[in-house]
Amino acid sequence: MAAPLLEVRNLHAGYGPTEVLHGLNFSIAEGSITALLGANGAGKTTTLRALCRMVRSSGEVLFDGQRIDGKSTEDIVRLGVAHVPDGRGTFTDLTTEENLRLGAYARRDDRSLAEDYERMYRLFPILAERRHQQAGTLSGGQQQMLAVARALMLRPRLLLLDEPSFGLAPMVVKEIFEVMRDINRTQKVTILLVEQNAAMALKLADEAHLLETGSILMSGSSKDLMNDDAVRRAYLGY
Amino acid sequence: MDAFLHQVMAGLATGGIYASIALALVMIHNATRLVNFAQGEMAMFATYLCWTMIQAGWPYWVAFAATIVLAFVLGAAIERIIIRPVERAPVLTAVVVFIGLLLILNSVAGWIFSYTIKSFPSPFPSKAPFGLTIVSAHELGAISVTLVVLLLVYLFFRFTPLGLAMRAAAQNPDSSRLVGIRVGWMLALGWGLAAAIGATAGMMVAPIVFLDPNMMTGILLYAFAAALMGGIDSPGGAVVGGFIVGVLENIVGAYLIGTELKLTVALVLIVGVLVVKPAGLFGRVIVHRV
Repeated sequence: MAAPLLEVRNLHAGYGPTEVLHGLNFSIAEGSITALLGANGAGKTTTLRALCRMVRSSGEVLFDGQRIDGKSTEDIVRLGVAHVPDGRGTFTDLTTEENLRLGAYARRDDRSLAEDYERMYRLFPILAERRHQQAGTLSGGQQQMLAVARALMLRPRLLLLDEPSFGLAPMVVKEIFEVMRDINRTQKVTILLVEQNAAMALKLADEAHLLETGSILMSGSSKDLMNDDAVRRAYLGY
Repeated sequence: MDAFLHQVMAGLATGGIYASIALALVMIHNATRLVNFAQGEMAMFATYLCWTMIQAGWPYWVAFAATIVLAFVLGAAIERIIIRPVERAPVLTAVVVFIGLLLILNSVAGWIFSYTIKSFPSPFPSKAPFGLTIVSAHELGAISVTLVVLLLVYLFFRFTPLGLAMRAAAQNPDSSRLVGIRVGWMLALGWGLAAAIGATAGMMVAPIVFLDPNMMTGILLYAFAAALMGGIDSPGGAVVGGFIVGVLENIVGAYLIGTELKLTVALVLIVGVLVVKPAGLFGRVIVHRV
């Protein structure tokens, strides 16, 4: 097995005096899709935030063999880690295209932006129609597409997605999940997906980790988790 | 009629100054939700630096350019050194820091340069071009310089990647970090830019109001009124507000209440705007869902 793209050792994180993550250990293989599942308050969002150093954390995080746990969020992004945050993080006063432009802000190569805009508009045609519209006026689903597109503008190696299905119509969720599968296959982008919609996430992912109150309860291939009785009862509902 | 037009032109000239300072206030407000009470004193201090260079025999425009660069550096340094530590402090702490900064700059200027009023040269000829009589050459020059500065600022924010990043950082710092923008540096740049805009305004107004450590006190009030009138979160509104306040102040001063009470115009405007239309002419009304 090749060296993992992301390796997390004994990750603790919290807000103020409250510790939310109690020592997580997991790794993500390059080119894979990993799902992080769990109920509300399990620490899924906090895990993603800790990886990007958006919350106070301790423990080791290695990206491509390099320690990133001491770096600033901005520097981690520059290594090729894109994060679609909880709540989408739209720049509401800017236009759709300006949002995309910002996604490429940290990129070091000078490949043409125009080409990347076109790529995003092919993935999400609705964004092309709204390119000069203020992003805050887009619908929730369109903003989620914009958030994914903004992250992809970085041409990331690792894409962190925080509940892309949240509050969206099933059709839109399906579209976004298809795009994720597509970019994973064609562009070899490694994906770490946080989801409450366990059934959909397990269908998409290769590997999955189940998080409960800040610790990993179970890890394995998606198939194994899907067939596990406890997981089925608690998270899949059958 | 000529006298009236003259008042309007003079109003536009000082209005441009208010517009610049108001724009500087709005820029910092948008990035930090705070009003920089020391904005005027920063401009005053920069104007003294320019005066020193001119006294040393530098040509006016060289001193002008050097002052803008210096003001930019000092503005950014103030953000890094003084404002940074109170970034997350309660609003009142920040207000106290701003007032402290105002007093320090004011006293240091008085200490170094003395409180004696000095004249400040105008770079423009003494006669207006084309035989114009309703406007002086300096007023015309000040209006032009202001418009050029405002245009440059607009182009910078509208069309450059750095300008876009600064707008993004002001609007949504968390998301900005997630696309790799160094938000802290954007704030420092914003302060630098605001200080540079203020410095131009200071150098343009100094020939009219003369140079002394208290020269910006009234101007800051007018600029504040202008910013509120246009909407404290709207850069365009601040500029329009600046010109309106400048003209209004001059006309009301000349025809209604006399020059002694002119400053009350600013205060009446501030109170009026807050009572009638708190968001200002172009400001956004923020509605919260409950």
